[in-house]
Amino acid sequence: MFSSLQAAIAAAETQGSSLARVALDAEARDQGRSVADIRSALRRALDIMRGAVERGMRGDLRSASGLVGGDAAKLRDGPPGPLAGTLFRDVLARALAVQEVNAAMGVIVAAPTAGGAGVLPAVLTGLAASRAIDDDRLVDALATAGLIGAVIAERASLSGAEGGCQAETGAAAAMAAGAATEMCGGTPAQAGHATALAMQGTLGLICDPLGGLVEIPCVFRNATGAAIAMAAIEMALAGIEFRIPVDEVIDTMGEIGRSMDVRYRETAGGGLAATPTGRRLTRERLVQLKKT
Amino acid sequence: MVSLLDIIGPVMVGPSSSHTAGACRIGLLGRSLVGGTPQRARLELHGSFARTGEGHGTDKALVGGLLGFKPDDERIRDALDIADREGLAYRVEKTTIDEDAHPNTVRLTLERDDTTVELVGESLGAGRVRLTRIDGFPVEVSGALWTIVLVARDQPGSIARICGILADEGVNLATMRVSRKERGGDAFMVLELDDPPGDQALTQIRTLEWVRMTRALEKVAG
Repeated sequence: MFSSLQAAIAAAETQGSSLARVALDAEARDQGRSVADIRSALRRALDIMRGAVERGMRGDLRSASGLVGGDAAKLRDGPPGPLAGTLFRDVLARALAVQEVNAAMGVIVAAPTAGGAGVLPAVLTGLAASRAIDDDRLVDALATAGLIGAVIAERASLSGAEGGCQAETGAAAAMAAGAATEMCGGTPAQAGHATALAMQGTLGLICDPLGGLVEIPCVFRNATGAAIAMAAIEMALAGIEFRIPVDEVIDTMGEIGRSMDVRYRETAGGGLAATPTGRRLTRERLVQLKKT
Repeated sequence: MVSLLDIIGPVMVGPSSSHTAGACRIGLLGRSLVGGTPQRARLELHGSFARTGEGHGTDKALVGGLLGFKPDDERIRDALDIADREGLAYRVEKTTIDEDAHPNTVRLTLERDDTTVELVGESLGAGRVRLTRIDGFPVEVSGALWTIVLVARDQPGSIARICGILADEGVNLATMRVSRKERGGDAFMVLELDDPPGDQALTQIRTLEWVRMTRALEKVAG
């Protein structure tokens, strides 16, 4: 697999093909599998993602601690805001839905991780539903997202414990932005700008879950991560270019992660987890968990 | 090498790839080491596993793995009740294994019929795992390949003989690690394979007079 997104973009441009194509070819070569075989594995991931969106939208799930659940349904059925009736609101609801399923021990695709699993399905399936994009193109988009994630894994990190939330929902937003830009007709270069634009918007984001559980703020970070991805897609398709090359933006995320205080890396020792209310909720809910 | 399907995956029961999916895979490896569902299991959780395991369903995922459930099996949610029904008596404890142990570490002591195995496993993130000890021997098992674990008398030619049996079956050896506690004592071998070992190869290895124990571990990841 590529360890530079710029190299992958250059390869796609030379071949006159797409990032999805170069990603599938590289994976086939690395793993000794056929492209058809890889596509069918990605197709299964797509089916699971759709199932999680649908399951979460029903609104009847609650997490182990009882702190999370039912908010996706509020976005679907609740009072209108400025985004009422738009694709944008639908994408936010889908992101919450997948994370609510995750928090309730339902089945999801960790893409790239369980904590950031809502962003990619929300953006891709939301866009596909509103624009009648077929499953073949969605599978291509998952391949592009996988390529971007692999580059981030290689150059920076995909672990909140190593790099904070920028390495989980931030990486997910970058993957979704690049993949969806290509899926919507953007060039490989535009997909690269979308990836950089999304990632710059999440640089420095800490991982501060209450009680260390993948619940608060993780569920909501997936919705705001999806929002950043949507903003990046819109800017990139409009022809906006980000002046720092995408590999350097990814390297920056890695550098920030390495110098991030341990309190902000999934230890529940800082950020929202360490607020008076965060500590109180953690205490109360964990006590309640033990009783059940 | 990073694979696309590691990034877009695994498909798993939430909420955490390290605390749930990884824990389940360690359970699955433990299950293969005793050759099936154990009757008794002691689960000692260390670090973040001990602190946040309950809310992440780490106990359910470990027990689910011992019952043979894969990380995407929704029965993991009810694994503790299913264990009660299936005669798996488990005990979950919190412990400190070692000051510098990985934050997500568990020690499992498993009993099935007359076999007892003690193993230490780490969950490294994104569902990747590593067993670091089996019965006190230092090992490195990822579960990403088919693995054979065996205890043999430490004598010249033993490694060559076992590799020969596998080569005759066309099984390619990916990694191999041999350790022992003393010269001439028991040698502990861990072989990771690109292909699943056939029953014939396993039977041949098991019938070697100087091999005391052989276990084939399922591939649980990748």
